[in-house]
Amino acid sequence: MAKVIGGLFTSHVPAIGGAIQRGAQNEPYWKPFFDAWPPVRQWLGQHRPDVVVMFYNDHGLNFFLDKMPTFAVGAADHYTNVDEGWGLHPFPIPAGHAALSWAIVEKLVEREFDVTTCQEMLVDHAASIPLNLAWPGPDAAPVRIVPIAINTVQHPLPSAKRCLALGRAVAEALAEWPGDETILVMGTGGLSHQLDGERAGFMNPEYDRFCMDNLGPDPDALTRHSVHEMVELAGTQGVEILNWIAARGALGSSVAELSRTYHIPISNTAAAVMLYETADAAGAGQGRKAAAFA
Amino acid sequence: MSSTAKPIPGTHLFDGDAAMKGYALNAMCFSFNEKANREAFLRDEAAYLDKFDLTLAQRDAVAQRNVLAMIAAGGNIYYLAKLAGIFGLSVQDVGAQQTGTSVHAFKQMLLDQAIEPSTMEAAHG
Repeated sequence: MAKVIGGLFTSHVPAIGGAIQRGAQNEPYWKPFFDAWPPVRQWLGQHRPDVVVMFYNDHGLNFFLDKMPTFAVGAADHYTNVDEGWGLHPFPIPAGHAALSWAIVEKLVEREFDVTTCQEMLVDHAASIPLNLAWPGPDAAPVRIVPIAINTVQHPLPSAKRCLALGRAVAEALAEWPGDETILVMGTGGLSHQLDGERAGFMNPEYDRFCMDNLGPDPDALTRHSVHEMVELAGTQGVEILNWIAARGALGSSVAELSRTYHIPISNTAAAVMLYETADAAGAGQGRKAAAFA
Repeated sequence: MSSTAKPIPGTHLFDGDAAMKGYALNAMCFSFNEKANREAFLRDEAAYLDKFDLTLAQRDAVAQRNVLAMIAAGGNIYYLAKLAGIFGLSVQDVGAQQTGTSVHAFKQMLLDQAIEPSTMEAAHG
């Protein structure tokens, strides 16, 4: 029986990849962000997930405006990251888990999410950097992945409510999956930031805190804002919180927050890293208190 | 959505209208994922623009390296970032230009939004 052990949420700013590739993790500018990771890696080392279900958004590597799916599910055994145009070297990408991808696709369509399936899909920095943060080094992370891309580029974007429901349908698929894999869910992007327009540089710690405080115990609270309101609150690119909301949905009803880091700024972004554990992981003899669960 | 919702100051939603208006410019920027195309652009910018059938407004915006004008012409920042990358410009350079300030001042504005760690960081479990 497969087991979903938890959720790992992180910003995916390209500059983080640059800092990794320069070895700048301990520079004063970068240290507060990279300090988030040792405890996360320790937890990953204890639980050793086999599979990562990755909710992220493409930034114009795989998808162009000629065809822009609202929800796209990778359904392949191989994915790659290539040159994205601004100098970051590609990161190695783990193998895919096509069989699990198709089980997720079956469940999503059954639940009336009419997703796009991709047997060929380039995955960009929004997936590659978080994987390398979690499993640093020159080799691909020792997992197989199911990438799920959400359109956060071209409006209209899917609502937060819809993204949470998508994640919850993925949770159903994972619960019904007959394999014995240990599964980690990841959601990447955000938090508040805006790259474009006269409001470039906008961040909003108050809204970010609202998101971080509610994501675990009450993710539905994040669905009360329209996408337009989210743009106003989080910035034009801060709407990447939609990836976090979908990923939270895939974790099931009850999670315990294990770690949280919030740091301003990384590039133009309010950066955050959060780790949640499910009751399944806590119940696996890892010494966590059941009382920690909301 | 954008036609009925109240505008957000200094913010340009990339909606269907923008996506249609900006298609050629964004298509050119998308091509910059490939190094050979970046090099071709640098070798002969005018010829490269011709290949993508840019509008006059888009051509002017690119010629002037004017990001707000590119956005007004339908450019999307994720694609425009690939153009900026050709010139070695970061999102702070692009942010400074759009907000009419120096790069130093823009970076300081970002740093000034930092808040006391004790108020935001918490360890749980």
